[in-house]
Amino acid sequence: MGMTITEKILAAHAGKATVEPGELIRAKLDLVLANDVTAPVSIKELEKINLEQVFDKDKVVLVQDHFVPAKDIKSAEQSKVVRDFARKFDITNHFDVGEMGIEHCLLPEKGLVTPGDVVIGADSHTCTYGALGAFATGVGSTDLAAGIALGEAWFKVPESIKFEYDGKLPEDVTGKDLILHTIGDIGVDGALYQSMEFTGSAIDELSMDGRMTMANMAIEAGGKNGIIAADQKTIAYVEERTNKPYKVYQSDEDAKYNRVIKYDVEKLEPVVAFPHLPENTRPVSEAGHVELDQVVIGSCTNGRIEDLRVAAKIMQGKKVHKNVRCIIFPGTQAIVKQAMKEGLIEIFIDARCAVSTPTCGPCLGGHMGILAKGERSLATTNRNFVGRMGHPESEVYLCGPNVAAASAIAGRIVHPREVE
Amino acid sequence: MEFTGRVWKFGKDIDTDAIIPARYMNTSVPEELAKHCMEDADPTFPQKVQNGDIIVADKNFGCGSSREHAPICIRAAGVSCVIAKSFARIFFRNAINIGLPIFECPEAVDGIREGDVIQVNADSGVIFNMTTGQTYTAKALDASMQEIIRNGGLMEYVKTRLSEAKA
Ligand code: SF4
Repeated sequence: MGMTITEKILAAHAGKATVEPGELIRAKLDLVLANDVTAPVSIKELEKINLEQVFDKDKVVLVQDHFVPAKDIKSAEQSKVVRDFARKFDITNHFDVGEMGIEHCLLPEKGLVTPGDVVIGADSHTCTYGALGAFATGVGSTDLAAGIALGEAWFKVPESIKFEYDGKLPEDVTGKDLILHTIGDIGVDGALYQSMEFTGSAIDELSMDGRMTMANMAIEAGGKNGIIAADQKTIAYVEERTNKPYKVYQSDEDAKYNRVIKYDVEKLEPVVAFPHLPENTRPVSEAGHVELDQVVIGSCTNGRIEDLRVAAKIMQGKKVHKNVRCIIFPGTQAIVKQAMKEGLIEIFIDARCAVSTPTCGPCLGGHMGILAKGERSLATTNRNFVGRMGHPESEVYLCGPNVAAASAIAGRIVHPREVE
Repeated sequence: MEFTGRVWKFGKDIDTDAIIPARYMNTSVPEELAKHCMEDADPTFPQKVQNGDIIVADKNFGCGSSREHAPICIRAAGVSCVIAKSFARIFFRNAINIGLPIFECPEAVDGIREGDVIQVNADSGVIFNMTTGQTYTAKALDASMQEIIRNGGLMEYVKTRLSEAKA
């Protein structure tokens, strides 16, 4: 019996020839990640056992991104715990102010994740790295602490669902629309505990940035991981960034799937998820009249250079609607720099957007754009739960960067073609 | 590892709020949590449960939040292991990590009644109902999971592994 890409990666890291869904394994980790919010909890656990050294100082990654630059005293204290730990254990990859970025934009960009890796992170969107053909999943504090100490984690091998996206992508349909459409179709628990394998000609066509957007939201369907087999695009992306050896895995022809779900992408149009669940999707043409107070473009879902290019193209020479506050928060310093070089930042500022330093910021209602009671934001982020961006009676709508940019200009949710 | 104990039965979809209601989560002291173990599923449970007793439940045990308090309070209440038709994903992970043995075995759940005394062998997965004489086989826990549980949880296990490495 053949194996899926996820099964193959897990088997290789458990030192086994084969694994089966449901089987419990102990796997070696290639990378262990935590941020300024989750690391302190694990660090406390590690202090209890008097940790003397981490399993590999090059393979523990600590990113200060959620409340950084520190938004208040409490966040400053939390960040300091992480900073002190990083210094004490001489952590190679500790990314602090000036160097940091949103973790899931930063790690691939720095070449820290390669195809075939097993990565755990104390952050649910760790699944983003599946776009590079790696097995990556979010875990809790105890798992992460053990990972930092031993470089191992245990897993129950998940069953896989295969998603096939075929046909040619319409010009205004992005990776974000594919994944929102999928979540709308299967629901927020549609892939509970399972691996989501994204395949098909439309995925081949997507850029690495678009693929990361898709894998990023696997967790929004309850998935344990999302994964896209590495191809020439992946290899080019990775080799530009690292010399680390890696291994490319593909699913076997006769691999076993729990389900195979097919989509004809030619029939799709941009999608918006209405409050308060990512599964409440509608084609943007059926959104109706939804006026906006704020538009947020960025996050680990859509804060990459391609997203900024898409948004800038629409905003060029236009102005954000006078009732709307539009906040752009790019994923990393390198993305900011590239956007400057390409003149995108100038376009945004001329269009009356606020451009932020990289941070998670408003995505989790942290800082830099919190909503008041009754306010409504359209965002390229990944979650629109009650109160996610501020007041419990505020609303978040999710979409791709083109719909966000066009809607910022129009002052209400519109199809990108309406502002051309 | 072998456990022998008296059975308390529960239905399906016992969620983490039934196991340990959020209103008691202003503490993480295991003994305090144990005083309210399973309270919203059976208010008398904390009084009647005895050391070594075994919980047998239907499907999707432990669904809901990711709170590690749920398996912690079950273990602190003296329950030796939990058998269910299936477990929710995060509960399953947390149970292993804090050292609470769990077994999936739908036949055993259907065959075992409340009050039966059963014996569970963690290595083989064999469940022997001493009251009725019936035998069932659960999928045995993987050796590495057993090691974590034997050590009393993931962090204790980490400690053991680290000191072994040093020795
Ligand atoms: S950008 Fe949002 S979803 Fe992504 S890591 Fe930060 S808080 Fe989480």
